[in-house]
Amino acid sequence: MSTNIILCGVGGQGTVLASKLVASAAMKAGSKVMSAETIGMAQKGGSVFSHLRVGDDTVSPMISKGEADLIIGFEPSETVRMLPYLREGGAVITAIRPVMPVTAALSGSSYNGTEMISYLKSCSRIGRLVTVDTDEAIRSIGNPKAMNMVLLGAASRAGLLGSITHEDIIEAMKRKVKPQFVEMNIKALEFAEV
Amino acid sequence: METRFLMGNEAIALGAIAAGVNLVAGYPGTPSTEVLETVAKENDGSIYVEWSVNEKAAMEVAAGASYSGARTLVTMKQVGLNVASDPLMSLEYVGIKGGMVVMVADDPGPISSQTEQDTRTFSMFSKLPCFDPASPQEAYDMIKTAYEYSERYKTPVFFRPTTRICHAYSSVTLDDEAAYKINIPEGFVKDSSRWVIFPKLSFKNHAAIEKRNDEMSDDFSELSYNSVINGSRTLGVASGGISFSNSCEIIRGLEDAPSLLKIATPFPFPEKLALSFLKDKTEVLCIEELDPVIERALLQVCGKYGLSVKIRGKMTGDIARSGEITKDDVRRYINRFVKGTDDLDVPSSLPGNDAPELPVRPPVLCAGCPHRASFYAVKKAMKGIETIYAGDIGCYTLGNAMPLDMVDTCLCMGAGVNIAQGVGRIKPDTKCFAFVGDSTFFASAITGVVNAVYNGADMTLVVLDNSTTAMTGHQPHPGTGKTMMGDIGNKVDIEAVLRGVGVEAVVHVDPLKLSEAVAAVKQTAMKEGVKAIIFESPCAMLFKPEKPVSVDTDRCIGCKLCIKELGCPGLSFRDGAVTIDDSLCNGCGLCSQVCPVGAIKKEDA
Repeated sequence: MSTNIILCGVGGQGTVLASKLVASAAMKAGSKVMSAETIGMAQKGGSVFSHLRVGDDTVSPMISKGEADLIIGFEPSETVRMLPYLREGGAVITAIRPVMPVTAALSGSSYNGTEMISYLKSCSRIGRLVTVDTDEAIRSIGNPKAMNMVLLGAASRAGLLGSITHEDIIEAMKRKVKPQFVEMNIKALEFAEV
Repeated sequence: METRFLMGNEAIALGAIAAGVNLVAGYPGTPSTEVLETVAKENDGSIYVEWSVNEKAAMEVAAGASYSGARTLVTMKQVGLNVASDPLMSLEYVGIKGGMVVMVADDPGPISSQTEQDTRTFSMFSKLPCFDPASPQEAYDMIKTAYEYSERYKTPVFFRPTTRICHAYSSVTLDDEAAYKINIPEGFVKDSSRWVIFPKLSFKNHAAIEKRNDEMSDDFSELSYNSVINGSRTLGVASGGISFSNSCEIIRGLEDAPSLLKIATPFPFPEKLALSFLKDKTEVLCIEELDPVIERALLQVCGKYGLSVKIRGKMTGDIARSGEITKDDVRRYINRFVKGTDDLDVPSSLPGNDAPELPVRPPVLCAGCPHRASFYAVKKAMKGIETIYAGDIGCYTLGNAMPLDMVDTCLCMGAGVNIAQGVGRIKPDTKCFAFVGDSTFFASAITGVVNAVYNGADMTLVVLDNSTTAMTGHQPHPGTGKTMMGDIGNKVDIEAVLRGVGVEAVVHVDPLKLSEAVAAVKQTAMKEGVKAIIFESPCAMLFKPEKPVSVDTDRCIGCKLCIKELGCPGLSFRDGAVTIDDSLCNGCGLCSQVCPVGAIKKEDA
């Protein structure tokens, strides 16, 4: 059996690093890992995703619709965009802070993210929903780049990463980030209430 | 034996290193770029690695090294192959000595390319053998085989992954360093009967190439990467690359699974293997992205041997003829083929269908991107004058988006400078501009400038010099002086090149100083003949951001002029005033120069 995780957000939010940490933790635990992600032009302010698959029976790096056990969304509308990939009863962890696309700013769109959160709450298919106020986390931690760790930490402490534990994620983070950022990232990984 | 979590492109690079590659040359292009970068990063100093000025140069440098017995790797994306095709077509007739792998990354979708061309088809056209890996692990292993075939048959070979292989990550098991091949090139040995192409030599070698490709077809039928997974006696699926990996997973879940034919060498096609697969089959579905290469080859086998197998795929309308084929598509195709229905394993009542309207997110120039300022300065300066803005390939293609709307044409690398001349020939009273980035200028725009000067065109060349090849992830180029061997080499000066080919009016300006930039454009563009404006400001990703600008909400009158004029992703409108997204703003201060009431303040460092 494989564990299928989708990380999604807007280019520049750190989905790739978060995905690498989970992969590194899983490999350390002896599992086979595959992943796929958005690279190139679409990264610039566009929707980005990372498919991550942990398990020995995977052949393709891609997750198909209805196959994801968990969605980690860094932006509420991007979380909703990826919902078709969630399996029945799968889990969703999402940031509530919206990122306004330039087109919305130009057209005077009313998008503010709350409609997405209400929609997620109404989805019976979602087995477990965790919403995270990352603004509060960022204020407390003092670095907007730490948001990916806040969400990842919430996922690992809620036990949603299959066989990968919260301690595995902390160890992986220590291997992957520069020493001067370790303390800040630990704070971020432990921030959200789950 | 070590296992590492590697991107497909990293696996290809490490495979080439294990195969004893001596020289690597390429030009950046998504999704191919990381191959060359990884070789440079993992280089112990024994491999010569360069970003060439373009793909044609890379191909020719590698050809010279291969003539000298070196194992070489040339890297590019599919449209880069068009640039390199002149030397490559002839090189196939001349042949090589040291193994030569031409790594061309195809991009179904297309996700970040101009075309959906298929290098497998180019392989048939150019007669080069082609290897098509289905996973990062296979890419690592297969490139070593590619070198062996290249050397055995003295031909360059294609290695052709697609985006989902290049940018997939996987646990990859690597060889021990002790098992790496060591290739010591003997150096160039003069032999004009071998290395100088003449019609007589081409005629002789053409016959040899055709004969060799027949032999390779037989070899490839025995090659382990081409294989059959037995299932149904009568129904078959034929596939390759990422579509094979997706098909594997879908078929595994079926009770009445079709047999699966994997084609890892689409050319020369493993005919004997295909023939044995087709025996007893009644129908075979070909699942492949881009061109129907496997489908045509199977049809050919059926025709040649008089088999009455129904071959289905793109040409029968069963498979999409364009775009990426996702795992969901593969599931749908196979279900239809096996069960005759769209009956998905996934319930049709997927969440998300009744979701609120989702914001669209087209790619945009980054907050603080100096290209935004350059485009805006030209727009302001030329207001009310009839103009055409020929764009080019790079981040600055995104200058086409509203509200800037400053790219009227974009075709291929370096085309803009010539397109501007063509437009001007038909309507001489139009002010013609060509925008070109610094890396693109060196890659293929210089000949266009020479053309303009020689033929007496009337146009303005705008060089957007941000000191890097930004779109593909910040590679150095001739204007930076840095090389992939870590040396500081000769810096090629853009102004000196322009003056050298006869452009007399050349001005430099910092686009982030808006009024100076507008004045410089007005003054320069009104001159006659070929003139050039070089906008110099480094890519916003290259330096530590300055303090974000701030908005005095009491002063902001809510006119949204900054948003409407610039479309910077760092600006949005909330509660009657403009707000700045501090996580995006790098303090470039362009918006503070546009604000009519001075409500946006750039803080001095």
